[in-house]
Amino acid sequence: MARSVHTFSIPSSTRYLEDVRRFVETHALEADLPEDSVEKFKIAVDEACTNVIEHAYGGDEHHRVDLAIIVEADQFTVRIRDNGVPFDTSNYQEPNLLELTKHRRGGGLGVHIMRRLMDHVEYRTRGSTNEVLLTMYRNANGNEG
Amino acid sequence: MSNFSVGFRSSGGVQVLDLQGELDAHTASELEAAIQKCQAEQRYRILINGENLQYISSAGLGVFMAYIEEVREEGGDIKIAALQPKVYNVFDLLGFPMLFDITESEEAALDKFEDGTE
Repeated sequence: MARSVHTFSIPSSTRYLEDVRRFVETHALEADLPEDSVEKFKIAVDEACTNVIEHAYGGDEHHRVDLAIIVEADQFTVRIRDNGVPFDTSNYQEPNLLELTKHRRGGGLGVHIMRRLMDHVEYRTRGSTNEVLLTMYRNANGNEG
Repeated sequence: MSNFSVGFRSSGGVQVLDLQGELDAHTASELEAAIQKCQAEQRYRILINGENLQYISSAGLGVFMAYIEEVREEGGDIKIAALQPKVYNVFDLLGFPMLFDITESEEAALDKFEDGTE
């Protein structure tokens, strides 16, 4: 399979999350990912974009979120780029559901979901650009693990 | 235009919320408003029917987490029923079945309210 790249940009507003999911779904299906992997990608990319919109850009809708889907023979990757506040992975702690409900909080689950659903999650910052790479590997049978 | 909606119904003394569409960080505020409406009307026995819920992200799950303690302190509960498998998988991924009653059908959730196992 030849490597192919598909790009898409949205304003930094949650109202475009639905468009992001459709973009991911279209290209994941086109790349012959199984249905459950397509669902996993839709959620993981939604979570990554939500974090960019709400945290990196602090809810300011006057920015852009740039997405690229990179389809390769052995893996499927979605890259999400922003120019906001970088995500500090060193401060990240796995959420405790019981504690969150006791404190009437519902946040902090997005990164956990991304890590559970994807084979690999990587954060990078270069200059003023942050990116998160969400990757799923195809196994020998062409199915995702 | 939002592709998410909440329908309100009563079944016995239980407030049923019929969720339809896709629940994400943009539409979660509509679910939050629906649960706040139940609280304002002192309806604390809340049944979420997810038969027509096509999608949920952590923002949607967060709404249930933010309100469950308040509702239980009033002697009620939020029970979740009839989720599609792909949506149930997201609840399961985060361990929701340990904290919430999640049933296969609305009837089963109503029975649990009747039994007082809230």
